[in-house]
Amino acid sequence: MCLALPARVVELLPKLRAIVDLGGVRKEVSIDLVDDAQTDDYVIVHVGYAIGKIDPEEAQRTLALFAELSAAQNTLQPSQNMREML
Amino acid sequence: MKYIDEFRDGDSARRIAAKIAAEVRPDTSYSFMEFCGGHTHAISRYGIAGMLPPNVRMIHGPGCPVCVLPIGRIDLAISLALDRGVMICTYGDTMRVPASDSLSLIKAKARGADIRMVYSAHDALTLAEQHPDREVVFLAIGFETTTPPTALVLRDAKARDVRNFSVLCCHVLTPSAITHILESAEVRQLGTVPIDGFIGPAHVSIVIGSQPYEHFAEEYRKPVVITGFEPLDVMQGILMLVRQVNAGRAVVENEFSRAVTPEGNLAAQKLVSQVFELRESFEWRGLGEVPYSALKIRPEFAAWDAERKFELHYTSVPDHKQCECGAILRGVKRPADCKLFGTVCTPESPMGSCMVSNEGACAAHYSYGRFRDVARVDIAQAAITSIAK
Amino acid sequence: MSIKKNYLRPIDFKHGHIDMTHGAGGRASAQLIDELFARAFDNAYLRQGHDGALLPLPSEGRLVMAVDGHVISPLFFPGGDIGCLSVHGTVNDVAMSGAKPLYLAASFIIEEGFPLADLKRIVDSMAAAALEAGVPIVTGDTKVVEKGKGDGVFISTTGVGIAPPGLCIDGRSARVGDAILVSGTLGEHGVAVMSLRESLAFDTAIESDTAALHTLVQSMLQALPNPSDLHVLRDPTRGGLATTLNEITRQSQVGMMVDEAAIPVLPQVDAACELLGLDPLYVANEGKLIAICAPEVADTLLSAMRAHPLGQGAQRIGTVIEDSHCFVQMNTKFGGRRVVDWLSGEQLPRIC
Repeated sequence: MCLALPARVVELLPKLRAIVDLGGVRKEVSIDLVDDAQTDDYVIVHVGYAIGKIDPEEAQRTLALFAELSAAQNTLQPSQNMREML
Repeated sequence: MKYIDEFRDGDSARRIAAKIAAEVRPDTSYSFMEFCGGHTHAISRYGIAGMLPPNVRMIHGPGCPVCVLPIGRIDLAISLALDRGVMICTYGDTMRVPASDSLSLIKAKARGADIRMVYSAHDALTLAEQHPDREVVFLAIGFETTTPPTALVLRDAKARDVRNFSVLCCHVLTPSAITHILESAEVRQLGTVPIDGFIGPAHVSIVIGSQPYEHFAEEYRKPVVITGFEPLDVMQGILMLVRQVNAGRAVVENEFSRAVTPEGNLAAQKLVSQVFELRESFEWRGLGEVPYSALKIRPEFAAWDAERKFELHYTSVPDHKQCECGAILRGVKRPADCKLFGTVCTPESPMGSCMVSNEGACAAHYSYGRFRDVARVDIAQAAITSIAK
Repeated sequence: MSIKKNYLRPIDFKHGHIDMTHGAGGRASAQLIDELFARAFDNAYLRQGHDGALLPLPSEGRLVMAVDGHVISPLFFPGGDIGCLSVHGTVNDVAMSGAKPLYLAASFIIEEGFPLADLKRIVDSMAAAALEAGVPIVTGDTKVVEKGKGDGVFISTTGVGIAPPGLCIDGRSARVGDAILVSGTLGEHGVAVMSLRESLAFDTAIESDTAALHTLVQSMLQALPNPSDLHVLRDPTRGGLATTLNEITRQSQVGMMVDEAAIPVLPQVDAACELLGLDPLYVANEGKLIAICAPEVADTLLSAMRAHPLGQGAQRIGTVIEDSHCFVQMNTKFGGRRVVDWLSGEQLPRIC
């Protein structure tokens, strides 16, 4: 279950709520489940609640994976998480 | 839109598609189950199936919580609304699921039931506070992604002592369903299909982490790649599965590393375990009774548990005889194999739940993919005609 | 103290409310019509004061008539209200046959208790829209229903116009090879309304695109050496672009191939649709049109559209193809292909 979107925290509000921005559109959500979220963090929002954060470094690494030129390159540079799994 | 647009880039898609085509072994067939309905939707909406080599088959699994909700559960909600004047709040997808007596929540609404669509569990609690003279029940569905919000709302309802609010809990669990598909005798009797690997759910994994899947990789020797929802994620996930199959490996890999960690969201998990506990068994549409696959509300929150409050008793109701939702949810049949598909059963008049939600295999295929069935039929016809000549 | 002879206390538009007497046909009805409707819509035909308007008949061409009911909620939304919407909607329906809209009739069904301030605001908005469009409201009717039996106000408008002889613009006329054009960005009306309901805020506000398109249609026809090269005109209102294209394929017995990358959508509308779980292809528009024309004149038509204030964002989005199954197919930006189907039921936002 899934309509969950990455959105940027633009303002923290009282009672563990926040205003997030997606492509210029702003909405108020709950950050009760990601209570350490800060302004400019990207959180993943699902049915009005932030459920996790985006790690910008991992995002870059994933995009680099898509752009890789050969299979060999992939096995040489597993991401942090993948190393832990093996 | 950051973290969205980059993951939908067409050039990268072509590149990954080329890699998949280059790396699949011509003599091998690859059958991967994407468990989660969001992946089913992404595959259909972006036309990913058409970008894969013919020997890679995507099997749509039962990861759509609307699709696996049995008729009997909807009946409970409809009865509360029609017979006891309760205001039922639920997410949009749930409203069209066909139930008994040709009813659905939306049809019950037309008959006078007070059914409200909400975007968030929070909205349901707000409605209860705005209407203190009415009983308000939130029909809570969803996998582990959607369960923490319900837990929060129950915690708030108790803290604020909102006595006219309760939750009809139909939350289900991912790992149990996957295990059940892989190992249960009943399911094997009903029919299963060989699965070479899993595209693991994205947002469920944000909450539960990547660790719970190690079990499948080890016990059943099936690779699992946890994959994000954007189409590039899906393609990359498929590539990673192909590579594992080729190399004879069966481990858990995390393609969605930007949002999923091994342990997941511990705060959310803790909250859920404070409010909910496991049900011994729960009926899933198409899978029958699945042990330890669903949640119920803990006794400490009994006053907000609709099943206890209204003394509800669940009765199992079989699907329409010719509805193949069960087989489709297990990946044994395709939507086009169902006699009712596209004729009696359409998104306008769904007979089974796979046709209701955009993520259901049948609805996704009907809305986005059925032109391919026709192409196959036309080619077959042409072949027959040319042979006949 | 002297009381003026024939003094009639004027209606209190600031604080008053509609009550059952306003629909009874008696003095209160007459006063409401006089002080509100007739004053706002004022024109020579309305001043005739008959039950129906006596209108001149043009010497040539064919009569086009269209009717539209408006039940939108909320009544007021960013960029418009039910009043101007009801004028634009019917003017557009008439214009989609290539006709020049001439007159409008308006019927109001008002709920008992409806604030007169809101009614005045709606009527003034209609009057302004009619004036700007150059299409007078020549006759009308008002009824009042008991409280609870209406949603504030429902408005139904009928329009008549004249189509020049020899023009054959209708849903059955799309031909294989034709170009498919849209007049601008899609999804704004639906998003403006839904965002209000769901309390979304915008950096740059998304407003309804509600507008009268008849002058755009006229400039399109005038730009063509051979007006019969314009085969279909339709405005993608309820159900959005996707539904309208499917209607046309069915009526003309053709297929369509469109390019997602060519379909213009504002980035904020895209973002709002993501947040709301909607697909912009299915979201209502109230100030855009789809034109299907012979391929040779596509560029001419696009230039004419872009030269008009309501067509500046015009784009070619696809081509009509041969297809006995009448599918609307789309090449996705991503590289795959999918069908763009009819809207099923109401677009229920996904959570997944």
